[in-house]
Amino acid sequence: MRGPGVGPEGKEGRGSQRLGLRSGLAVRGVVAANRLVRATRFGQGTVLGGRVGLAIAPDLLRALSAGRRVALVSGTNGKTTTTRLLAAALGSPGTPGGPMSSVVPPVTNVTGANMPEGHVAALSERWSPTAALEVDESYLGQLVSATDPVIVVLLNLSRDQLDRIAEVRLVAERWRSALDAVRSRARNPGDAPVVEASNRVGGGAVVVANADDPLVVWAAEAAPVVVWVGAGQVWDEDSVGCPRCGGSLQRPVGEGWRCARCTFARPTPSVWTDGRDLVQDGEVRTPVELALPGGFNVANATMAAVAAAVFLEPRAVGDPGVMAVGCRTALAAMREVEEVGGRFGTVDWRGVAVRRLLAKNPAGWAAIFDLLDEVEDPPVPVVLAINARTADGLDTSWLWDVPFERLRGRWVVATGERARDLAVRLHYAGVDHVTAPDSGAALEHAAGRARGAGVPRVDFVGNYTAFARLPVAP
Amino acid sequence: MTARLRLTVVTVFPDLLGTYGDRGNGMVLARRAAWRGIDVSLVEAVSTDRLPAADIYCIGGGEDGPQVRAAELLGGDDTFAGAVRQGAAVLGVCAGYQLLGRSFPDAGGAPIRGLGLLDVETVKGAGSRAVGELLAEASPTAPMLPGGVRLPPLTGFENHAGTTMLGRGAAPLARVVRGRGNGGAGRSEGAWSGRVVGTYLHGPVLARNPHLADLLLGWALGSEEPLATVDDVEVEAWRAERLAASASRRPAWSSLVR
Ligand SMILES: [Zn+2]
Repeated sequence: MRGPGVGPEGKEGRGSQRLGLRSGLAVRGVVAANRLVRATRFGQGTVLGGRVGLAIAPDLLRALSAGRRVALVSGTNGKTTTTRLLAAALGSPGTPGGPMSSVVPPVTNVTGANMPEGHVAALSERWSPTAALEVDESYLGQLVSATDPVIVVLLNLSRDQLDRIAEVRLVAERWRSALDAVRSRARNPGDAPVVEASNRVGGGAVVVANADDPLVVWAAEAAPVVVWVGAGQVWDEDSVGCPRCGGSLQRPVGEGWRCARCTFARPTPSVWTDGRDLVQDGEVRTPVELALPGGFNVANATMAAVAAAVFLEPRAVGDPGVMAVGCRTALAAMREVEEVGGRFGTVDWRGVAVRRLLAKNPAGWAAIFDLLDEVEDPPVPVVLAINARTADGLDTSWLWDVPFERLRGRWVVATGERARDLAVRLHYAGVDHVTAPDSGAALEHAAGRARGAGVPRVDFVGNYTAFARLPVAP
Repeated sequence: MTARLRLTVVTVFPDLLGTYGDRGNGMVLARRAAWRGIDVSLVEAVSTDRLPAADIYCIGGGEDGPQVRAAELLGGDDTFAGAVRQGAAVLGVCAGYQLLGRSFPDAGGAPIRGLGLLDVETVKGAGSRAVGELLAEASPTAPMLPGGVRLPPLTGFENHAGTTMLGRGAAPLARVVRGRGNGGAGRSEGAWSGRVVGTYLHGPVLARNPHLADLLLGWALGSEEPLATVDDVEVEAWRAERLAASASRRPAWSSLVR
């Protein structure tokens, strides 16, 4: 039924020897091409090699996943961070023994290359019995089908690049049919979850889903086994209509959400967060103490902790005690994560600390403002960098959906290739700002301002490619 | 001086037609009015509430399903059409433009009855979706700014699949220089009649084209004189950059590489 696999008994670097001839050749192609890309410093070396491999063996993702236990993480925002936190929890030497646990850290697409070529690259690079993969929303169905995952983590769905990504409701619909296919593959669809010898629940993936996002719930309820987590929703403007009946969703304060017309409503979560602690039924509380800042990262960590607990010990699905221990252990392992691909970390810019933040869409910006609201006095200067390349979305109209008014009282430097779009938005928002031609000049401005005001830090927020091009201090 | 000093601007159904940043149009109108000392209120009117009375209505772009729903709600009683007859100004963008016309296509391409406030008809375009920068010059038939001044070039971002044909009762807003606009043979973009303006330009259109914003404000204020100038230094710098980007024939290399 499954292709020739990389067995859990394999050793690092030997994985490709156990694949079929064609797949083995493809893996060598992936590794060689990516080493070449890195050697020539043309890129991070994750995409080209993957493309080469998939051209040689179109079924390579399935072949590379066979025999591994795979966790998939998807959603509009937080998937890179959640995957990183999950990988930390699965790979920590302190992680106690689920039958498959190992000190070999899971393979993971650390650079955020979250389409199939990136997954192929990650799985080709190193051997491990486990994998934690971040997945672009549009590719979730393909990944579920190719990797036969143990866990699928669904974070949130909201608008992203308007000119490129299919409408968000359509994405939810596609998730739903992908998970419906999981249900029909599961051995006992509809039955109570049973942990099997294969270390699975009911023969299929367990979905760990955010109960606070109606579009996520719409997709996840198709799956055979769901663990609902109350992870909050920072942006609800893309889920005002009921995905089931088209009625309007109501959000009475403190009562979750429900449809005004039909019975579609927030499922009762078994684990949730209040922004500080991870909470379970019976008010079992575990403080979420992270090196990463912000309430949204507490939510990401809560999702990752539940996923790790179930991944390592499937009985956690039905046993709150096992869940509590698993979450606590996972959260402890996550404390070592100080930055995720450069974001949230600080770098030095001529004696001033620059905290680097990434925001790609209105929901992401809303979360960043929550973070900036944790205000120091006097407020730290903020550098905002906006590009509009393909990876960012070519249309900058979304800037008007971001409540930049929340930066009033701050001093802002606008930069990036679309600094002028941003400057006009800030002008109408009544935010005191200047523009700078590039990130270096912008940091110079802001650092000077910070030194003058006796503030030790500058916050830098960029969208996708603007963040990637932030210069490192000379 | 202006004839009226109070204004209400309503952004129509941002919960249905708020997908493309078009709520910025209401924000721009409100700020430009306030900068001129006008007592202005901006209301974002969600679809579950009664549509408030307004001097200017802004309707934005959105998905097919919500577009049909918005047309049903606006056409369901005489509130909106009555306000337009009484002289309220209207800006419809993209889906909001299409639903002001006589008919527009639903997701499957079947014609849906529009509000009939603009003599235009939209059908599903034959080719691919129009996505990209759109540059257009004001037509000879475009509305004039106070003092007989022509509208400067219009710039924005289009993202739609429809082809819009104008009837005798509507005039084109502009002539396409780069991009698709209304589509079809005439190379026209947008339409207007009376105080109703429709366009495919996002950006938002009034942020990128402040003269069009002031035209709508002038209509609503009943002003024959040009409005007082406001600080448009950054807006003009942005316009110059966008106009130059649209004028260069090749797409920017930077937009092709990740
Ligand atoms: Zn409903």
